[in-house]
Amino acid sequence: MAEQFISRGFKGRARESDRAVKERIPPGQYETKDFPVLSAGPTPRTSLERWSFSIYGDIAEELKWTWDEFRRLPRESVTVDIHCVTKWSKLDTVWTGVSVDTLLEGINLEAQPAIGYLIAYCDGGYTTNLPLADVRGGKAWIAYEYDGKPLTPEHGGPARLLVPHLYFWKSAKWVRGFKLVAKNQAGFWESLGYHNYGDPWKEQRYAGD
Amino acid sequence: MKDNDLRLDGNAAGGLLNEIFPFEMTTAEATCGGCGTMKRFGEVMLYRHGMGAILRCAHCDTALIRIAHVRGWYRLDLSGMSYLRIAADIH
Amino acid sequence: MAQQLKWQLGKVLEIRQETPKVKSLILEVPDWTTHLAGQHVDVRLMAEDGYQAQRSYSIASPPEDRYLMLTVARIEDGEVSPYLTDELRVGDRIELRGPIGGYFVWNARDEKNDGSPLFLVAGGSGIVPLMAMIRHRANSGNKVPTKLLYSSPYHEEIIYREELDHLSANDSSLRVLHTLTRRQPPNWMSYGRRIDRAMLADTAWRPAEKPLAFTSGPTALVETVANYLQELGYEPESIKTERFGPTGG
Repeated sequence: MAEQFISRGFKGRARESDRAVKERIPPGQYETKDFPVLSAGPTPRTSLERWSFSIYGDIAEELKWTWDEFRRLPRESVTVDIHCVTKWSKLDTVWTGVSVDTLLEGINLEAQPAIGYLIAYCDGGYTTNLPLADVRGGKAWIAYEYDGKPLTPEHGGPARLLVPHLYFWKSAKWVRGFKLVAKNQAGFWESLGYHNYGDPWKEQRYAGD
Repeated sequence: MKDNDLRLDGNAAGGLLNEIFPFEMTTAEATCGGCGTMKRFGEVMLYRHGMGAILRCAHCDTALIRIAHVRGWYRLDLSGMSYLRIAADIH
Repeated sequence: MAQQLKWQLGKVLEIRQETPKVKSLILEVPDWTTHLAGQHVDVRLMAEDGYQAQRSYSIASPPEDRYLMLTVARIEDGEVSPYLTDELRVGDRIELRGPIGGYFVWNARDEKNDGSPLFLVAGGSGIVPLMAMIRHRANSGNKVPTKLLYSSPYHEEIIYREELDHLSANDSSLRVLHTLTRRQPPNWMSYGRRIDRAMLADTAWRPAEKPLAFTSGPTALVETVANYLQELGYEPESIKTERFGPTGG
């Protein structure tokens, strides 16, 4: 194959950061001050009257909240760094929402030890899969505010999953529920060759990494 | 940004589709497995997500083809398309 | 015949400033075969560290021209367009592949197009593929009744303005209608607002004349035009769209 042609003088987006910031950026990533919108389909527009969040699956329980009920749950604000597999990282993003630990309180997980995974289901058909352990212990939220304002539809509003320690495709936009299962199942991107787990610090972008 | 501002016509996927199928693909016809509509790829909706490309039926938004180009492999999910008709000879 | 497009190099022969934010690149592409008006190329840039970026650009030149012309609008926070408009010099080479797209094309010699009046609607840099069609039509001596409705924010940002004036002045079968959406110069006689249903109702060929419509530019504009033309009675198959995405460039 012919050697790849290098475009004289092309540098691409500014991808250099100062030292203090560099340590917070996983390998292969660069910092952005923007908040890029990546879209795999039309932006869903679910009215709050119709919105609900459910937890169900291979478990005995079935939980469901309407929007009003969801908004009455204990909420927290967190400041986290987010890392997209397309190489941009955004630092100090501020989100408000309900901790997934709060949502799982109604499930007796100790009595159902076979349940190891969840699949997040979203308006528009998007799915992603995660180990249950990765949404427990203060690691994940269902967020409905970004930067102090209601989450816009382009960024996943009314509510999205937020799991900042993994690549951002796991923070599913327009999330409507979790199916808790014993067996891991590949979601929308995982089934196309992206990594099942997605740890940015180990650069787990693709299956086999 | 307005709803759907990010979508393009399938025409814009011509280059990517040609990497995989060595034919003129923007005039190839896809039958949607969701609603049965048949359209040329030039007329379907392309969402060029940074992680891959998704071609969707203009009528019902069913994903006709999902493509990711990962580590030297193209992975295609064609399950949303029931038929694909390609002109073997374009001239 | 199966054909796989290969990446090839084009050498910049000339760079032309069309408007303050828009430049045309005239390229010599030794392995170029031919193309149809309306098609595009993919342009790929690679930095020394291996970082790559790729974008599609419509071909501005008609098939009859010896060299390939691409017209590029500089997008403020863009990654590829600022390189092409600010950094690229005569003598540099760029990697491209094409021609791509058998769907959004117009061929003066195609009998299927015989007699169908053309309605071309452009927003901003959406004019580029339609200009290739207009230039090709002029080269072929084709006189099919053609109307171009062209939306730009300001008078200074009308791309190819003088050439369009000249072509329409010398060809009574070509009409060019401008609308300026942000500001109009004094004594402006044409439209001064975004394209809407009323403007299309006034300007579009009647459906009974079996027109062919091509519209390109920002996705929002293209969808508006396509929807209104259908409301006005255009058959969906007679409307060809080329969405350029949110910024339209």
